[in-house]
Amino acid sequence: MIFTLILGFVLLLIGIYGMLSQRNLIKIIIGFSIADTGIHIIIVSIGYLRNRTAPILNSAVDISKAVQQVVDPIPSALVLTAIVIGLAVTALMLSFVVELYKKRKSLSIDDYQELKW
Amino acid sequence: MIKKTLVLIAIVGLLMVFWPLMSNFEFSQNLSELASNYVRGSVNELNTQNVVTSVIVTYRGLDTLGEVTVLFLATVGIGFLLGKRKGKKRPASELLQTTSSFLFALIVLFGVYIFTHGHLTPGGGFQGGVVIATAFLLLMLSDVNMKFNHTILQIVESFSGAFYIVIGIVGLVLTIGFLSAEIIPLGEFGKLISAGAIPIIYSFIGLKVGSELTNIIDTMRGE
Repeated sequence: MIFTLILGFVLLLIGIYGMLSQRNLIKIIIGFSIADTGIHIIIVSIGYLRNRTAPILNSAVDISKAVQQVVDPIPSALVLTAIVIGLAVTALMLSFVVELYKKRKSLSIDDYQELKW
Repeated sequence: MIKKTLVLIAIVGLLMVFWPLMSNFEFSQNLSELASNYVRGSVNELNTQNVVTSVIVTYRGLDTLGEVTVLFLATVGIGFLLGKRKGKKRPASELLQTTSSFLFALIVLFGVYIFTHGHLTPGGGFQGGVVIATAFLLLMLSDVNMKFNHTILQIVESFSGAFYIVIGIVGLVLTIGFLSAEIIPLGEFGKLISAGAIPIIYSFIGLKVGSELTNIIDTMRGE
């Protein structure tokens, strides 16, 4: 569907805008999560084929003609991997934020300028 | 003000990068060569109903091994960063305590159902593991001062990870291929005991993901 593709790109751009414009570390992570979701929606909608069913070969699908009846299974598998990696990365980022807050008592990115050139 | 303008310019630039991709995009009418081979192979070679599962566990099994490794490293990182715990908290309401003791077993059972039926229905090890972790989250919410036995969690996690790799190596020893599903008989298409080693591998992944996520939640609760 072209609409889900556009929705995915819109979410991706909103997430990138959030990551670039916000100063709060937690809000930056929320922006990352939104961009991540946008990318998942884009990948899944690329694998969509009109008038076809999910790639699960139960009674809804004629096994001998399965290739003509199911959508692309590869984007679904990729997104499954991407969701798990996204979860792990988000959890790790949040625990970095907790540690940083313990050191400086601040969540603003302006207070962490050691790596700024 | 300058910052906001720069951010807007960056967004517009990204939009201009994506626009040619989007405006010329055409949805394909047929499966690609690779996807057709996966669908056919899922029926003829692996006896697996769920094509996504056969791609994840067998055809791209090495990638899934890497994915599990990334999840494991994230768990280790979180445990390393947020080690200590402190402070007592207010106990949960009686409503939550009663409900969670009733629901805990049901949710764990549902998680086990999801990962043992990963080759037949939507679902699998990662989804089932997350459901099991939510059961433990409910337990933690109902009893805030409860302590988990981390030794058991670590034993479950490391043994399921180790057995996952052992199954892969058995495929190498039998010269079928690393992480191949055909090391045990494939069974009948569409039945619970089918698809060779796929349900076993997915169960180990489910146990591993469940214990890792429980570990993550438990470490974060300590803050």
